[in-house]
Amino acid sequence: MSKRVFYILGLLLILGALLAACGGQNSSNAQPVKTVVVTVEAKGNAASGQGATLKAVKDRGYLVCGVNAQLPGFGYVDKEGNYKGFDVDYCHAVAAAIFGDPSKVEFRPLTAKERFTALQTGEIDVLIRNTTWTLTRDTELGTNFAPTTFYDGQGIMVRKDSGIKKLEDLDGAKICVATGTTTELNLADQMSARGIKYTPVVFETADQVFGAYEEGRCDAVTSDKSALVSRRVTLKNPANHIILDATLSKEPLGPLVRQGDDQWFDIIKWVVFATFTGEEMGINSKNVDKIKAETKDPNVRKFLGLEGEMGQKLGLSDDWAYNIIKYVGNYAEIYDRNLGPNTPFNLPRGLNASWKDGGLLYAPPIR
Amino acid sequence: MNEAVPFWRDERVLKWIAQITFLVAVVVSVWYLYHNMITALAARNLLPSFHFLKLTAGFDIGEHLIPYSRSSTYGRAFLVGVLNTIEVSFLGIIFATILGIIIGLMRLSTNWLLNKLASIYIEIIRNVPLLVLLVFWYTGVFLQFPRLKQAKILPGPTIVSNRGIAMPWGIPTAGWHTYLYILLVGLILAAIVWWRLTLIGKRTGRMPLVTVWSSLTFLGVAAVGWGLVTLIFHQAPLAMSTPEIKGLRTVGGLELTPEFLALFSGLVFYTAAFIAEVVRAGIQSVSKGQIEAARALGLNGFQTLRLVVFPQALRVIVPPMTSQYLNLTKNSSLAVFIGFPDLYSVAGTIHNQTGRAVEVTLLMMGVYLSFSLATSIFMNWYNKKIRLVER
Repeated sequence: MSKRVFYILGLLLILGALLAACGGQNSSNAQPVKTVVVTVEAKGNAASGQGATLKAVKDRGYLVCGVNAQLPGFGYVDKEGNYKGFDVDYCHAVAAAIFGDPSKVEFRPLTAKERFTALQTGEIDVLIRNTTWTLTRDTELGTNFAPTTFYDGQGIMVRKDSGIKKLEDLDGAKICVATGTTTELNLADQMSARGIKYTPVVFETADQVFGAYEEGRCDAVTSDKSALVSRRVTLKNPANHIILDATLSKEPLGPLVRQGDDQWFDIIKWVVFATFTGEEMGINSKNVDKIKAETKDPNVRKFLGLEGEMGQKLGLSDDWAYNIIKYVGNYAEIYDRNLGPNTPFNLPRGLNASWKDGGLLYAPPIR
Repeated sequence: MNEAVPFWRDERVLKWIAQITFLVAVVVSVWYLYHNMITALAARNLLPSFHFLKLTAGFDIGEHLIPYSRSSTYGRAFLVGVLNTIEVSFLGIIFATILGIIIGLMRLSTNWLLNKLASIYIEIIRNVPLLVLLVFWYTGVFLQFPRLKQAKILPGPTIVSNRGIAMPWGIPTAGWHTYLYILLVGLILAAIVWWRLTLIGKRTGRMPLVTVWSSLTFLGVAAVGWGLVTLIFHQAPLAMSTPEIKGLRTVGGLELTPEFLALFSGLVFYTAAFIAEVVRAGIQSVSKGQIEAARALGLNGFQTLRLVVFPQALRVIVPPMTSQYLNLTKNSSLAVFIGFPDLYSVAGTIHNQTGRAVEVTLLMMGVYLSFSLATSIFMNWYNKKIRLVER
């Protein structure tokens, strides 16, 4: 008898807790979030506070970088088992800036759903995983976005023989989408704005999403356009699939760090800017040594660490940018190596060109 | 030698000290873990709050039993997930029980073929992980159905394609609510008939056909009510809706998605194998003398099973059956792998869009715990009811 009473009491307790939780507004919401003291002692493994991340990375001897492992061109594992791709190269660039050695990185493959928790809990130092910069993510997740490394937009891929030409043809369609992406939200927004009825079929990983699409579970699959181009190559017969012209959204993709360590945030920001600056100055991995030996240009000299002690201001050595360019390359080299004309993707630079060529890449001066 | 034992050697005191030490250790470790979590969350500006449940979700969910759109709240999205889990678990438990009992009986059959078939089924299914079975059902069976354009149309019409199965279904009309009340009245009447007939049976020693009469009462009320509602509302409480292919989808009728079908089939066929073994064990626990005695009294095979074997076997069957039901409910969270929007899947999306890992996980644990406790309470009550009353 008493056992049953115990059970029922337990159940009531849980239900009560759930109700209280759902009643949100008046109970738990009352906590003032704004009075948090910033100088919290560093707890456990998660480094927090000024300079703590750089110190933790240096003590550890390598960088832990959260990446995608299922997106050819951006983050994937090649036949030899090495991580390759555009985002992966940015991890190498950060390692080169800190250690002067691009190989000092440990990669953590993450799904779209896992990525923010991995960053919040300090499991990774920086997240470079084709992640879209949005206001909500910048504020509510406790994360900060470094400058955009790739300007993308959401697209939709369909079978050629389906006869679908524009968004309106998708009325009643099943659309495969990955969970935890901005894509999932944009799709809902755009379709409801146009009054198009559709049913989302939601999966956790890109492999599942594109697998289900290929099996014919969905009429269409949606993701960032770059991801569609990249995944199309992996389908059985790429020529049978087309990407619709319509662009559903702006998708600026870039690295993220935890809030609360501005020095680390600065390092990631300026690593990105250094790759832009390299391209602007025409310095690449092949000519950097020659330029370093010969240059008289004060801006180039500051960039390459010959004067001005720029690196020390970031907490790094002065040849930080030189190391990035030397071992990883400038933006154009990173782009061409992973997505350029000699790759299966052959993505045009588009918005991702330097401002000098009419694109959006613009780095503040290094001085 | 009546010297008082010093307290550090007094067994009663030592026992108390051990208990208190243990309690303190538990409290301290729980407090430490909690404190650690709160500190870590505070450091990231993420103090626990369930405020996000009131915010707009912004994403769509493929299957929902209650009205839901992208402008609904996270709380409602969560509820959609809860209901989807309840739907698949509830139906799964019913069908797994029926299939499990049939296979369990086959396993005990003296018919060689039936017996071996059941053994092979049980051995294969029990020794393959459920996740593998789910993926098999999803990609190996339901996604291999013909495309919608070449869909197979069975009589009904029932449209079978790799978009799932669409079949004719009743759509509630204006009179449906009234009809539900009439059905309730029918249920009460049937219960009264049951109770009266059982009383009469006990008094006279001749048990009338209780089940038959009470079912007839219910069906009678249901039929009369149907006619009455049709007369009053000028339309039947349920209108027939048949599916048809329209563009990229099927319209009308009841649509069962491949995700639901795969999850449902996987759970039913998997759990049925375990239930079959539970049923077999239960029946074999009834002593042979009971069956021989029943036969000697002139009961036939079915009567022996229904009146003598099953009531006794149930006592052995019910407790392990409870844990199979709990397993089925909890296993339904594997739905996330085949794209069915169950509680775990939807909660995962909410967690991701809001970044509220701790709160969402707590909510999810609470819901699964409630499901399990509710099932346990019901099954324990049932177990107590059928227990052998010893005099």
